[in-house]
Amino acid sequence: MNTKVSIAGVEFKNPVMTASGTFGSGMEYSEFVDLNRLGAVVTKGVANVPWEGNPTPRVAETYGGMLNAIGLQNPGIDVLLERDLPFLEQYDTRVIVNVCGKTVGDYLETVERLGDTKADMLEINVSCPNVKEGAIAFGQKADSLYEITAAVKKKAKQPIIMKLSPNVTDITEMARAAEAAGADALSMINTLTGMKIDVHKRKFVLANRTGGLSGPAVKPVAVRMVYQTAQAVKIPIIGMGGIANAEDALEFLLAGATAVAVGAMNFVNPYTTVEVVEGLEEYMERYGVEDIRSLIGGVEEVK
Amino acid sequence: MPDGKEWKMMGQKKKTKAKVVCQAEIADGIFDMWMETELAQTARAGQFLCIYPQNGKTLLPRPISICEADKEQGRLRIVYRVAGQGTAEFSRYHVNRTVDLLGNLGNGFPLEAAAGKKVFLIGGGIGIPPMLQLAKELAQEGEAANVSVIAGYRDCRLFLKEDLERYAKVYVATEDGSAGTKGTVLDAIAENGLEADAVMACGPMPMLRAVKRYAKEKGIEAYISLEERMACGVGACLGCVCKTVGKDAHSHVHNARICTDGPVFLAEDVDI
Repeated sequence: MNTKVSIAGVEFKNPVMTASGTFGSGMEYSEFVDLNRLGAVVTKGVANVPWEGNPTPRVAETYGGMLNAIGLQNPGIDVLLERDLPFLEQYDTRVIVNVCGKTVGDYLETVERLGDTKADMLEINVSCPNVKEGAIAFGQKADSLYEITAAVKKKAKQPIIMKLSPNVTDITEMARAAEAAGADALSMINTLTGMKIDVHKRKFVLANRTGGLSGPAVKPVAVRMVYQTAQAVKIPIIGMGGIANAEDALEFLLAGATAVAVGAMNFVNPYTTVEVVEGLEEYMERYGVEDIRSLIGGVEEVK
Repeated sequence: MPDGKEWKMMGQKKKTKAKVVCQAEIADGIFDMWMETELAQTARAGQFLCIYPQNGKTLLPRPISICEADKEQGRLRIVYRVAGQGTAEFSRYHVNRTVDLLGNLGNGFPLEAAAGKKVFLIGGGIGIPPMLQLAKELAQEGEAANVSVIAGYRDCRLFLKEDLERYAKVYVATEDGSAGTKGTVLDAIAENGLEADAVMACGPMPMLRAVKRYAKEKGIEAYISLEERMACGVGACLGCVCKTVGKDAHSHVHNARICTDGPVFLAEDVDI
């Protein structure tokens, strides 16, 4: 039975990853999960300098999901290089570093600093809805996305994954722009912009007013977008959005994703990632699937 | 907070299933529940549990402080206020019901900071419960010279007062004056002419701010337990941060994670 998948020449022991921002740099959840079991750990977004993030409250619960407006708080690239990457290097798993920035220059500086590290791939966050500058500003217009993708690709020593926002009219247009600019892969979806109001206090629940919706509530939207994008581009897709178990992960694979990432559900069940890994193997045994790659885009099309 | 503090608790956190031993409403909307769980063996005063509602509509756990740990019987006690649908669900749990929880989380109150000192344990409202386990630990293994509890209530429903009296002298303040001193916990301290060398406190933010000011005026240490809306409970999501005076050793910005770096902080270290 083969569970290995390959993205831009990087081989993963299985297609199960962590979604950036939900897993820290792996340290916190290493108490619950054997990181060696995962296809990859995708780190919390890191910038060229430390970011304070947004005021609290930063999280709110919604029906079948949650809103967050952390605002990309991060300790900066120096700390990632000194503390987080050496920690992750102890494990037999791939490391994907998520990179954020306010300007193209910020992104390039961080990407350059990562060039000589053992990070296997870089995921470029052009889709966080919770910061005023940068991030999503690059991810909602095809020409801006093209420019930043091309600039990062030129500088990056590792293959790059562009993380797409669902908060656009046509995600396939964005996907094609990233592909045309040289992106090696896409990850999707980032969170959907949402809002919650406390009717008793008549106030916004989040200090930032809006936040990104994630969790099982967004899964059907994510599966649909992965499917549409898989039809539109040739580069591999890492699918995410509310994955809680192997069945959810399989939907993404069948829709066309080469790999999947577990996000908000880590907060609900810290063992979710490993349970997905095990569940995929059980599914393969049950249906006699020899190679997990045969499932990618395997949803039956009506002829 | 030194780097690598998170390693101290290594291997002690887990998601597990507990069983309800008993539950009762002990004041308006305030419930007292004992649960059977192996987490009782390692629980420390000031730590908390993340309890998961099972209704399927809500996903995130509710952080609730540990009120008491009974190591011999392997039981943990929580005393909590019904504040929304999650805690409303917990309040309907009957005996033998399974509870999904993650624990033990956070760093507790530092018993060593009380050694040789006269200590105030100040609890306000639903901040009173963690003071019980703290009073118990200080009485059983602490080296404090003297421990006084000052508990602030809304009214004369003085929940946990008798439990607290097993371990320390208890002074009461009530908002409506129906028991003890009318006013705040600080009014009760003044009215009774009390003095201390250190303070440990949990309660609403205005109370904690007043406690911080009081400790600063008196030149004594205050350890305060904070709360914030949380998601993961284990330090990964950065949802529950509080502003810190200095740059935090983990975040490298002026934010500490309440769930992991706290919930107990030295008052002068946090900007509240």
